[in-house]
Amino acid sequence: MRDGRDAVLTAIRAALGRSANEANREVAPPARHVRPAVSDDLTERFQRKLESRAATVERLGSAHEVPGTVARYLQKWNMASRVVCAPSLAMLPWPKGSFDLHVGPARRDERVSITSCFAGVAETGSLVLLSTAATPTTLNFVPEHHLVVIRRDQIVRHFEDAWERLRRWNAENGMPRTVNVISGPSRTADIEQTIQLGAHGPRHVHVMIAEK
Amino acid sequence: MQIRSIEFKQRAAEALQDPILQRALNRARGGFVDKRAAAIADLPEFDALREDAARLKDHILDHLDYYLERYEQAVQRHGGRVHWARDAAEARRIVIDICRNAKARTVCKGKSMVSEEIGLNAALEAEGMEVVETDLGEYIIQLAGEPPSHIIAPAVHKTKDQISDLFRARHQRPRLTEVPDLVNEARQVLREKFFQADVGITGGNFLVAETGSSIIVTNEGNGDLTQTLARVHVVVSGIERVVPTLDDATLFLRLLARSATGQETETYTTISTGPRRFADVDGPTEYHVVLVDNGRAQMLGGRFRDMLRCIRCGACMNHCPVYSAIGGHAYGWVYPGPMGSVLTPLFAGLEAAYDLPNACTLNGRCETVCPVKIPLPDLLRELRHRQHDEGLTPAGERGLLRLWAFFAERPRWHERLSRLAARLLHFVGGAKGRIEKLPLTLGWTRARDMPAPSGKTFLEQWRARGRDDA
Ligand code: SF4
Repeated sequence: MRDGRDAVLTAIRAALGRSANEANREVAPPARHVRPAVSDDLTERFQRKLESRAATVERLGSAHEVPGTVARYLQKWNMASRVVCAPSLAMLPWPKGSFDLHVGPARRDERVSITSCFAGVAETGSLVLLSTAATPTTLNFVPEHHLVVIRRDQIVRHFEDAWERLRRWNAENGMPRTVNVISGPSRTADIEQTIQLGAHGPRHVHVMIAEK
Repeated sequence: MQIRSIEFKQRAAEALQDPILQRALNRARGGFVDKRAAAIADLPEFDALREDAARLKDHILDHLDYYLERYEQAVQRHGGRVHWARDAAEARRIVIDICRNAKARTVCKGKSMVSEEIGLNAALEAEGMEVVETDLGEYIIQLAGEPPSHIIAPAVHKTKDQISDLFRARHQRPRLTEVPDLVNEARQVLREKFFQADVGITGGNFLVAETGSSIIVTNEGNGDLTQTLARVHVVVSGIERVVPTLDDATLFLRLLARSATGQETETYTTISTGPRRFADVDGPTEYHVVLVDNGRAQMLGGRFRDMLRCIRCGACMNHCPVYSAIGGHAYGWVYPGPMGSVLTPLFAGLEAAYDLPNACTLNGRCETVCPVKIPLPDLLRELRHRQHDEGLTPAGERGLLRLWAFFAERPRWHERLSRLAARLLHFVGGAKGRIEKLPLTLGWTRARDMPAPSGKTFLEQWRARGRDDA
């Protein structure tokens, strides 16, 4: 494969009129780009944008209210009691017996998952989730209902702010295999431009914003 | 995939006569244009973002070798492998080898225009592997055995009725007629495949030098199931897709979603870096990136470098009157519309795609909407010049052009001749005032009539008017 690499790089340098010993030159990074203006109430905007993309949002006083909220959500949808939970949320005060809680990645027939997340972006109402041992990626895509817990202080203005947090996280933990940016449930418009939710991923995304 | 651009005239004429295709195109026409316009009206910074994006792309292209090497190092740092392919054949061989090593029987794919460009599916199938397209639009055309007709909405030329028939025949289940049911059936069938897949292949909208990541955007989540559930994740991407940092990728993502589908963002943006980590409980155990040149480095050195800024949003075709009238298949290869009319002759040769640059009306809408400000009409004009210089312009047309040049330089002659022509055409048009067939321009008059001139030249009328006004 070495020859393919050299041939392509040589062709690029020839086209740019550059020699191979210029390969290690320093290139000044591009300037900071324009960013869209984002109004000041980040939480309000985050919620509004998520709802405009067919997600549902609930505000909670604290993360301790999550187990009760999940129980009500299951009741409302009249759903079987199995819920798969990201290891990152296993320490919440889950009640014994009200539903069947499993901790780990998603099984093939999973219907409901609940995960934490890394950040929220107010600009577009997007959730940022990392793949780690405590937050497996399959939970974000295999089940029909994806429930997400976010703390209010995790919501940032622009994507660039989320990347700044990610760089700090990476410095300690290393870049995760996957960063998923999720803005509402799965959708398609591939049949006559008719929007249909639940193409391949979750049909429902329910976000719980906890004050703390 | 065989390039059939040589048949453009014939296939365009057929497309205009195809009532089902025309129904599908009519339905699509307004949707893309209106949604994009609304999304852009919502973002006052849109033009400033376009400026930044065009400038950033030029910077990247100026230092393409530098960023690709930084990117490669970062991929390797995270345990991934980078493969470089000079051309389509080499790219296919690399992917086949990866799949063979993985003892792959089922390969799932996310949408990737580069994989269409290199003809990957047929090559893998020839090796005995089952290849499953998982983007709903791509899945539909795979079942139909057709190439994509649009780079964002590959099945935009199909009506719901046709899809109903296709699913009944291929899924061997009762015929469904409602969109939610059709989507649901595809979801069930493809779920099986995601869990069977040994290898998952995706494209790469952007490759980030800072982190060694590949980025894909989807609305369906098919790309994510493809790359998360398979043992091996292969990314196939063009060398021009590299960007310096995550912030730079964000600039393009803001423009891409709005330009492509009129959304502020697609539902899923996924940033993938290497194979699963030691402690991870899911994700692929191998991660490969195939960087495809296939003529791009050559474009970098010449007059068509601007085309490498393209982020494959599809806005130019959505706003093109020719594309809207005939759809994507007439263009004869994988890239249709204005961007395809530039790319296809560069990939396939000026002669094999002769008609594509010439079908353009030079109305300029594509350039106005392009998020990275590619001067598409200029590039198409340049291709016409090259065709002419290479002696590819048909003899009749060359003669006419030379004749026109002769008279254009001699205004008095020009006017005398125009007067003659105007009277002649007025006579031919007769009482209807329409000319149904005009020698030398049969392709043009086959699908439309030419209005016959009133019998007076523009200059004559202008002078008469001037006298009246004076
Ligand atoms: S040429 Fe411009 S408008 Fe057309 S697909 Fe590429 S980026 Fe989009």
